Amino acid sequence: MKKLLGLATFLIILYVALLMSDPTAGSAANHINLAKRIGLFGILCLGVTPLIISGGIDLSIGAVVGFCATALAILINDKQWNPHAAVATVLGMGATIGFINGVLVTKLRLQPFVVTLCGLFVYRGLARWIANDGIKGLGSNFTFYVELCRDGSVFGMPKYFVIFLILAAILGVIVHFSIYGRYWQAIGSNEKTAHYSGILVDWYKILAYVICSLFAAIFSVLYLTEYKAATPSDTGNFFELYAIAGAVLGGVSLRGGEGNILGVIFGTMILWILPNFTRMWGISDTLQYTVIGLALLFGAMVDELIRAKDKAEYWRNILRVWKLIK
Amino acid sequence: MTTVPPLLEVRDISKAYPGVKALQQVSLRIMPGELLAVVGENGAGKSTMMKIIAGVERADSGSILWNGQPLHLNGVQAAEKQGIVLIHQELNLAHNLDLAASIFLGREKTWGGPLRLLRRDIYPQAEVLLKTVGLEVSPHTKVGSLSIGQQQLVEIARALALQSRLLIMDEPTSSLTETETNTLYHVIAQLKAQGVSILYISHRLKEIQYLADRAVVLRDGQFSGELPREQITPDNLIKLMVGRNIKQQTRHHYDAAAHTPVLEVQNIRWTDAQPREGISLTVSSGEIVGLAGLVGAGRTELAEVLFGVRHRRSGLLTLAGQSFTPTSPRAALQAGLFLVPEDRRHQGLILTESVRNNVSLATLKMRQICGIIQRRKEAVLGDEKVKQLGIRTPNIMQTVGLLSGGNQQKVVLAKGLVKTPKVLILDEPTRGVDVGAKAEIYAIMRQLADNGVAILMISSDLEEVLGVSDRVIVLHECQIAGELAREDFTEEAVMQFATGRHSPARMAS
Repeated sequence: MKKLLGLATFLIILYVALLMSDPTAGSAANHINLAKRIGLFGILCLGVTPLIISGGIDLSIGAVVGFCATALAILINDKQWNPHAAVATVLGMGATIGFINGVLVTKLRLQPFVVTLCGLFVYRGLARWIANDGIKGLGSNFTFYVELCRDGSVFGMPKYFVIFLILAAILGVIVHFSIYGRYWQAIGSNEKTAHYSGILVDWYKILAYVICSLFAAIFSVLYLTEYKAATPSDTGNFFELYAIAGAVLGGVSLRGGEGNILGVIFGTMILWILPNFTRMWGISDTLQYTVIGLALLFGAMVDELIRAKDKAEYWRNILRVWKLIK
Repeated sequence: MTTVPPLLEVRDISKAYPGVKALQQVSLRIMPGELLAVVGENGAGKSTMMKIIAGVERADSGSILWNGQPLHLNGVQAAEKQGIVLIHQELNLAHNLDLAASIFLGREKTWGGPLRLLRRDIYPQAEVLLKTVGLEVSPHTKVGSLSIGQQQLVEIARALALQSRLLIMDEPTSSLTETETNTLYHVIAQLKAQGVSILYISHRLKEIQYLADRAVVLRDGQFSGELPREQITPDNLIKLMVGRNIKQQTRHHYDAAAHTPVLEVQNIRWTDAQPREGISLTVSSGEIVGLAGLVGAGRTELAEVLFGVRHRRSGLLTLAGQSFTPTSPRAALQAGLFLVPEDRRHQGLILTESVRNNVSLATLKMRQICGIIQRRKEAVLGDEKVKQLGIRTPNIMQTVGLLSGGNQQKVVLAKGLVKTPKVLILDEPTRGVDVGAKAEIYAIMRQLADNGVAILMISSDLEEVLGVSDRVIVLHECQIAGELAREDFTEEAVMQFATGRHSPARMAS
């Protein structure tokens, strides 16, 4: 609760600061642009949340996005598939990839970091191979989805943002009100106790991987409606890091067992408002990553401070490190 | 009394942990070149004593004299500097280092700054030390490739390299083979001849009889007695270890004829170390069976096999007349068997979660509609269990980690009682639990038994075993060493079986 209030406050301060510093930032066009980005990339942040809560991690998200987007473009334009069948196939591919990750982690007891790092290479390579490393465009066959998900707006909000909110609502119910969420939390906090309580730990972990990769596949569909083409060697690069960063900024603990969907929504918003500050401070746009990184670091420190038993001691440590750096 | 001043003198040391008085005003002395055995039941305070002397823990009160001078230790390093070295029961060696590096870990010889390790010197030195402890391996060998017993010997070599004057050995032979044990005895004799003193903890009474110059017995954190070399016999030791009066508790008259067997265990085996016939036992409804034995006797392992956590090699299980194959805790729970595990913090509870969430964790599936948790029902259930078991918590949303040990244990129990089990296994149910809560837990157990639950209680606390059980089974080295009916309950009898003084043979009950 404390965390959510803190996040909301931080978000509002950021937003107000942005509006005050930059008169153009308040424009409708800018808001729509921002909401589009938050809506699109927020889906990845949502998808990875149950996984991190249950103590896992997925580094292959970006590669899965690249692979799914490329595959979808090929199916629709080169193979001239029915777009619905193509989308269903790609979503199925995403779920299957998640299932494979989950099985490797649980049944073969491999480390999530290793499994998904391998996935990162494997799926990126596959994306380039199936497309002969060429950019794959969509053609006109995909208009239905472009009109459904992209064009127009709902209550003045971009459709991506609305889709994001709907998915957040569904996932919010699952994470906070269902036994699935409770079990993920239990597994992430103490896997052994969960096992001793008769929970099918492996199955719930696999499910979290499936959700994560499925959301990556959903993202890749929406991505294509926006950008109309997939570059197998590039599409999705770094996206896993955006996903994890948004979730972590939103208060999801990488130690597992802790996380809130509302927090992740805030985290995603913070993640996409932050880069605007390079302009506001009049520093180079190339420093955007640096700003995000420092914000993450700051968030982690505040989190640790809230957690620390001896807060004064933690402050002293911060000062000591600061002196060392200076 | 000798005229030589003692090497180490401990005076009136006390130490309390939350809810437990681990040591109360205990004193002891060690002469140079002496091997002093410290004996006691599990939880008598031996390990705490050793940790204080080795600088791992600090005493709440009392003083330590080292060569007649007051000694203030803060940390293991300080103790090692003085020549006091603790050889842990659990080994502390870094697995990826080679032997020479392990032996000199933390005291690497360097020249001109910490980055320039002098690697050449330590290998011949390590080789000599390894020979001394009877290890014929190259100092280049990686620690991880040695057996646990060999690693124990490396730890001793490390202690030798520290030029220690007082060695503290905590159950050093528990994982050694016979040859390794003999080597260790040989090393000990050599060390004593060099004037090194040794504090020796062991459960093996015969070993103490063979090795010790003197034995100090602790009981419930207090000094119980001291035996000079010629009086050290297993019988004398046992007498001092358990020699208190058993408090008579209100006994329920358990009528075996009125109850039916619920859990039947036939020839269960989980390691090759067990003889072919394995372990067989029966627990009937309404009965509390105490499972006694020393640490490492296989009690927890048996419970884990029954609960589906540990793989079973062979044997048959029957639960309430039906064949029972616990492949997972889930299967065990479905069949009606619940385990209150030994380590409640890591196996029983999710410390960061609320009382309510912990209580409902094993039975959430009973309180859901389409996967959505019925929170109101869950809260009602939590309140009900809190009241039923007398869990002292401000409310059901309290984080479990903030409760006292006794209340935490009750939360684990509550989790198991949401759906009344047919068989309840409790592994050290009152470890780290204060006296008041202990009595309440016993009362809950008895009430459950009266309602027809079959209870198997593992405990290292003899008073508890004899006070609560209707029948006691004693394990020794993963076998049943003996079984005692109510009328035969004495602490001596249990200890005789537990220390393997009687050959493992089942008594007719």
